[in-house]
Amino acid sequence: MQRRNMLTAVTAALALSVIPGSAALAQNPVLKIGFVGVTSGPAAAWGTSNQRSMETRAAWINETGGYKIGDVTYDIEIVSFDDQKDPKRAIAGMEKMAQEGIHYVVGPNVDDGAAAVRPVAEANGIIYFPYAFPKPLYTAPASNAVLGMVANYQSGPAIYKYLKEDRGVRTVAFIAANESDPLSQRDSGREAAEALGLEVVSANVTYQVDTTDFTPVLTPVIRTNPDLLVLSGVTPASAPQLIRSARELGFQGLISTETAQDAQVLRESAGDLANGFISVGGASTPEIASDMMKEFVARYTDMFGEYNDESNTKVYALEYILATLAANPAAIDDVEAFKQTMDTFEAPNPYMKGDAMMRYVGVSSFGQRRQIAVPLVVNVFQDGEFETLFVAEVD
Amino acid sequence: MEQVIVNGVYLGSQYAMIALGLTLIFALMNVLNFAHGQMYVIGGFVTYTFYGQFGLPFVLALLMSCVTLAVLGALIEKFLFGPVIRRSAREESTMLLAAGIAFLLDAVILLVFGEKQRGVPKIVDGVFNWDFRIIIPYDRILICFLAILSIVAFISYMQFTRTGRALRAIAQDRVAAELMGVNVNRYSMIGFALGAMLAGLVGGLLVTITGVNLGMGGPTSIKAFMMVMIGGAGVISGAILGGFILGMLEAVGLAVLSQYGDITYLAIFVALMIFLAIRPQGLMGKPWG
Repeated sequence: MQRRNMLTAVTAALALSVIPGSAALAQNPVLKIGFVGVTSGPAAAWGTSNQRSMETRAAWINETGGYKIGDVTYDIEIVSFDDQKDPKRAIAGMEKMAQEGIHYVVGPNVDDGAAAVRPVAEANGIIYFPYAFPKPLYTAPASNAVLGMVANYQSGPAIYKYLKEDRGVRTVAFIAANESDPLSQRDSGREAAEALGLEVVSANVTYQVDTTDFTPVLTPVIRTNPDLLVLSGVTPASAPQLIRSARELGFQGLISTETAQDAQVLRESAGDLANGFISVGGASTPEIASDMMKEFVARYTDMFGEYNDESNTKVYALEYILATLAANPAAIDDVEAFKQTMDTFEAPNPYMKGDAMMRYVGVSSFGQRRQIAVPLVVNVFQDGEFETLFVAEVD
Repeated sequence: MEQVIVNGVYLGSQYAMIALGLTLIFALMNVLNFAHGQMYVIGGFVTYTFYGQFGLPFVLALLMSCVTLAVLGALIEKFLFGPVIRRSAREESTMLLAAGIAFLLDAVILLVFGEKQRGVPKIVDGVFNWDFRIIIPYDRILICFLAILSIVAFISYMQFTRTGRALRAIAQDRVAAELMGVNVNRYSMIGFALGAMLAGLVGGLLVTITGVNLGMGGPTSIKAFMMVMIGGAGVISGAILGGFILGMLEAVGLAVLSQYGDITYLAIFVALMIFLAIRPQGLMGKPWG
């Protein structure tokens, strides 16, 4: 009996000795921010750039003493969930966030995932920042989703107009993977092209998501001989293969997409054949990047070995969440307060030079401020790197 | 039409190679290796690392893929499939094990090689263009030729070597082979290593054309199973035939049905269901197994 008591005492003493140590490690209270998105499979680069951006920024904030919201300084913890681009798993991910008491979540990355998590987010008081474009997510009565980037129906018309006026494009062909995001992007792209007076010579050809050899798929499209081939909603994994097949089939025209791409992936898999490829880039260029953006890139590269240009956009969601909470500390566990703040929120944009401001936009597209303002940067791939074609703003 | 046939032959040759390793493992051990696609992906990444990253000659990188996968296959057979087969008479035990290995390899690939699409420099530049009737890059012609050469070499190995004869004996009747003095455990390990090596070889060859990414494993396994079902499970010549048939069906479907959307594989799956209802053992399989 005495021996058991002694064991209990030793165990208790050990446990007590650990507690002060833990308390010393975590000086600040922790604010958890969620991420639900795709970090595996062909579209993994989209979600991984989100997660890594958030982790880089959180580590940076924690290293420099935390983030002050009201009178409290918080350490930031990122809670991540890989939804594997599967709506069912996206729901499970959002439920996990709700169970952990998280009110602010970045993601999901695709349309069906973002639509699927809406009931869970609304029932559990979660504001989420998808990278998905369906307007019903952002128009009333929906109010919990905030678009984290520029939508294709905002960037597409700008790109087509530029190509029509500056490059003399008259005919266009669309090709898309047979799933919801690319198909909806193809449809809205076709609409935008026709509205500009471009002739759509092919828009029915689609391919399986897991296609690896695109030559047979592209053969009938290339035979229509368009001035511009649009790869609607193309993943970073498929884009170089499509470009390579199109060029090898003798296609001489322009190729573009409204999704973000990765320069290294294009360089490795398509090489010089990708020269001239136009895509929507990360929301930064050397001309507009601030010192803070440059430090972010350096820290990201240190943490993960290589940078992803798309993270120039993905870094913003966490910054908007934290800055909005700082503007109204009551929103930390009250998303209605967060929504009210969004209407008037403005703060200096730390990632851009000059007087750029962070604010919520989207009134013209959604009738309410449910989109974060990030620059629309359109890139062209040339000799292994992205070069800025033009920079624009959307609301 | 000429282009469709060329596309079909090219797709068929690569599909046949993918199916070969799968059907060999099935023939020898009655194991449906759901991790075959992941092995193919690892083969691609190994070639990417040695050829694309370290700048070693392509042939050497390809050899490294073959060796890596052969060793991996041998280890998986010796420490996982072998013991499970000896301890469990239930076939679903090996199926579950194979599925588990597939998930494990996916996780390992993500950790070691990352999530991005990877590609390597072209091994041959230029495009063969016959009056825009047939357009095919030279590297595809070379890969198609190498794939067919590999298939011929594999068949010759199985036909004319002592190991090949032993493997065929085990595939025909495991008990009889053992009674004739064949070391069944040893040759099962060699057979599994050979099947995995074939996956590595085709992964290494195709990384020059399609690149490689983490998500390719599952779909590759599904296509390999389709080819094996068409040709007949466990029959080498059936897998080759199944590969060429699937490649040709895909090429024709994509050319003829493209204007109706992505219905090629829908049509192929419907045709496959009807075909299996009529001939469940496949084209060259035996009804009794």
